[in-house]
Amino acid sequence: MKYIDEFRDGDSARRIAAKIAAEVRPDTSYSFMEFCGGHTHAISRYGITGMLPPNVRMIHGPGCPVCVLPIGRIDLAISLALDRGVMICTYGDTMRVPASDSLSLIKAKARGADIRMVYSAHDALTLAEQHPDREVVFLAIGFETTTPPTALVLRDAKARDVRNFSVLCCHVLTPSAITHILESAEVRQLGTVPIDGFIGPAHVSIVIGSQPYEHFAEEYRKPVVITGFEPLDVMQGILMLVRQVNAGRAVVENEFSRAVTPEGNLAAQKLVSQVFELRESFEWRGLGEVPYSALKIRPEFAAWDAERKFELHYTSVPDHKQCECGAILRGVKRPADCKLFGTVCTPESPMGSCMVSNEGACAAHYSYGRFRDVARVDIAQAAITSIAK
Amino acid sequence: MCLALPARVVELLPKLRAIVDLGGVRKEVSIDLVDDAQTDDYVIVHVGYAIGKIDPEEAQRTLALFAELSAAQNTLQPSQNMREML
Repeated sequence: MKYIDEFRDGDSARRIAAKIAAEVRPDTSYSFMEFCGGHTHAISRYGITGMLPPNVRMIHGPGCPVCVLPIGRIDLAISLALDRGVMICTYGDTMRVPASDSLSLIKAKARGADIRMVYSAHDALTLAEQHPDREVVFLAIGFETTTPPTALVLRDAKARDVRNFSVLCCHVLTPSAITHILESAEVRQLGTVPIDGFIGPAHVSIVIGSQPYEHFAEEYRKPVVITGFEPLDVMQGILMLVRQVNAGRAVVENEFSRAVTPEGNLAAQKLVSQVFELRESFEWRGLGEVPYSALKIRPEFAAWDAERKFELHYTSVPDHKQCECGAILRGVKRPADCKLFGTVCTPESPMGSCMVSNEGACAAHYSYGRFRDVARVDIAQAAITSIAK
Repeated sequence: MCLALPARVVELLPKLRAIVDLGGVRKEVSIDLVDDAQTDDYVIVHVGYAIGKIDPEEAQRTLALFAELSAAQNTLQPSQNMREML
């Protein structure tokens, strides 16, 4: 497929890998955070880690909306469906996120709740129009990529006066999450998470542009390279970061120039600001309460805001005690450091949110990298040894 | 979640909707967020909405950069010349 296949060419990837290997300084360590789950997935799926020199380390960031969605928000949707007979529409990714009482949306569905998986926000509004006798709530999650479609359906629902439709808004913002990581104790004081630069979001940046990242480059002296989600894009982005570090530079560069402009999609930004406003604080799984890191629906659209309509009150719920999703989302731990990883927590039956979405650090590592950690055993040698015994 | 794919616009429909082709698969999507999209443009489709367009010249430039990398590898002293190319 055009604009995909040519960005997945193995020979080109090996050449970029050779450039990276030639340009890294042996006495320097390079730690780069890829913010997006899309990058985490690409890095695992295409074996990019294996093509990097040992002193270049990729740290997975919290940019997977399913992973950072706290239990309490899913609980709100489940209780609307189970206790109040609401039809919940949601993207497939959220269906298996573990919630309270060993439930998830898909398990609630098995108990008789009316929960529909939709491809698009548009489909949720259509369902509401087809079922005028039912209350239909769209559980809206996602970063800036997914927010404009939600804004459009809210605009249309108001314009067409679809009164049985509302949105449970869980949209979150990328720049505030990056700030939060840069301000965290692990990065600033303890130094347990060294970050020398960021692989910047691909599709989020199509909407918000490259300008919002200038602040990180200037204020925190961290280079940012906005990078596409294809493997060659990621390799090139890493090379560009290595060069910035070597040159002592910290600027925003754009590898994904075929789709990202400095100002982004202005029409989408305008629409989002007409429908949404900043939420004072929002709880992220792993990061805790982060001020001004999410959006809520403006009062003009109150009739279509499920939180107001059903008088919902958010309650924070702690994660499973042994689940390390929080530390993994902050870059403090790796999936294999978690006791539950690959034992009781697998993509088929996830305990933590990072195992749910294929963009989650745990799911990506489970699918593509878990055997790399296992020590190699020479079968012939082992056989000889056992016979000798 | 932020997965989005480049798809070619094959037909513009009323109410800012369009048919796109993705490797032979055709689907109706909204072009409300990219209302200047024309037939044969490549748009980036996310959850049924085109959220941006592909700039073919920039795509070519990025691909040329990968190609130059390989051409340059054998002939040039790497770091300095590479930086000029970027």
